[in-house]
Amino acid sequence: MDNNNIIISVENLTVAYGNIKAVDDVSFEVREGEIVTLIGANGAGKSSTLRAISGVTPYSGRICYGGRDLRNIPAHQIVARGMAQVPEGRGIFGNLTVMENLKLATWQRKDRETVAKDYRRVFALFPQLEKRQDQLGGTLSGGEQQMLAVGRALMSRSRMMLLDEPSMGLAPVLVRDIFHTITEINRTGTTILLVEQNAHMALSIASRAYVLETGKIILSGAGKELLDNQRVREAYLG
Amino acid sequence: MTYVFQQLLNALQVGSIYALIALGYTMVYGILTMINFAHGDLFMVGAFFCFFAAIFLNLPFVPVLVISMVGVALLGVVIERCAYKPLRQAPRVSAIITALGVGLFLENFTLALNPYPKQVPQLLANTTWIFHGVSISSIALFIVILSLLLMLMLDLIVRRTMVGMAMRAISWDKAVVPLLGVPVDLIISLTFAIGTSLGGAAGVMYGLAYPVIDPYMGIMVGWKAFISAVVGGIGNIRGAMIGGYILGALEILVVAVMPSTYRDFVAFVLLLILLIFRPYGILGKPHPQKV
Repeated sequence: MDNNNIIISVENLTVAYGNIKAVDDVSFEVREGEIVTLIGANGAGKSSTLRAISGVTPYSGRICYGGRDLRNIPAHQIVARGMAQVPEGRGIFGNLTVMENLKLATWQRKDRETVAKDYRRVFALFPQLEKRQDQLGGTLSGGEQQMLAVGRALMSRSRMMLLDEPSMGLAPVLVRDIFHTITEINRTGTTILLVEQNAHMALSIASRAYVLETGKIILSGAGKELLDNQRVREAYLG
Repeated sequence: MTYVFQQLLNALQVGSIYALIALGYTMVYGILTMINFAHGDLFMVGAFFCFFAAIFLNLPFVPVLVISMVGVALLGVVIERCAYKPLRQAPRVSAIITALGVGLFLENFTLALNPYPKQVPQLLANTTWIFHGVSISSIALFIVILSLLLMLMLDLIVRRTMVGMAMRAISWDKAVVPLLGVPVDLIISLTFAIGTSLGGAAGVMYGLAYPVIDPYMGIMVGWKAFISAVVGGIGNIRGAMIGGYILGALEILVVAVMPSTYRDFVAFVLLLILLIFRPYGILGKPHPQKV
């Protein structure tokens, strides 16, 4: 694994809503093959950072993906460049079937033949979804919706996946399953940027982590290291 | 009995036109939660495109229909891009007032071109068959069949294609759609194009059935179609179709048993009653709580 191969670099990112800076001069990078996590409390600026990278919120600073500046590139084009998204709150379309939810994520794909193979890959990963493929997304349980959100991101066959609080609202056993799946996906070559409030789970799978507090990065390091860090333990691990 | 069948056929003809127009209201509402109050006037423009294509270009029916549908679709897309898109983040009421303004503009622009009512030439031969005492005009039959075909096509697009899937997804949660790589603005434009082209087709059919057209013809027909969409459940495509036929049937029924001047009155009373007891319409659902 080439650790110098930076896939996302964020430089001096600031996201402001009116006079309030949700993200204040944040810089970090993600390298090919890593699992990088941004952890922090509610309102620390994690989701705003992710939204800026996704191209759905205005920002100042510089965000590069694969060496190219993402400024002025519309959100759907960013996905087309290989950045899949698992949105906050899962973002399942309750009025579409499970299959349709998956299919919509293939919008940017030209390789129609291999799409069928990818459905099988998603169903192998989440057998429950296969059973429910003709059911409306709104009828799924929270855990199944999260599986669908991850499966949907896989359908775009991206080299990078952004996840916004996949553990939100899930029972501990389901959280473990989802994090296990995330490491599996990472092992097959997908770089992961994970935003989490569940610091313990996130740090235990992360190669590197950044701790955000009121819009600033206050700590960074390897996931395991931060797990033992006194400050992190006090603030986030209880 | 003969009388009932005769009236039923009339109801189907009127209902088809309402249903086609109602679809435009409901599609735009579904995707932008906004009422495009200019839609009735786009229907009027469709009738005028039909008139111009038939008189000045001397074209037969099929090209006339295509020109009207495409012309109105382009106009619809331009209106959305220029008038509504800049207001997408603005309060809903701003967009609605803008839509009313666009409607007034279309009426007065058409009026400025020529203020006199126009006679659409007879584009299709009209034969009338008498079947067990019921007279069936070929035009009425044609309008019903063509409308049903267009609605069937729309239903297929919405239910079976990727574009239709994207439209339904946007109506559920517009913020998530671009995160899947789907270009939202393109889908909104396509929705306007399809919805307004059906209004254009309705304008042509109206011209076939009631050949005298004028710049204000879209107002009352537009309101009726809007009521149809609300009755069926605004935002619901099959609801708009059903609502159109319900309103058509209701009007014919009113005219059959009451003075014909009561027709519009009853339509609006229906809307008021419905808004009290079932504000989300027949097929509509109360808005789902999104978490």
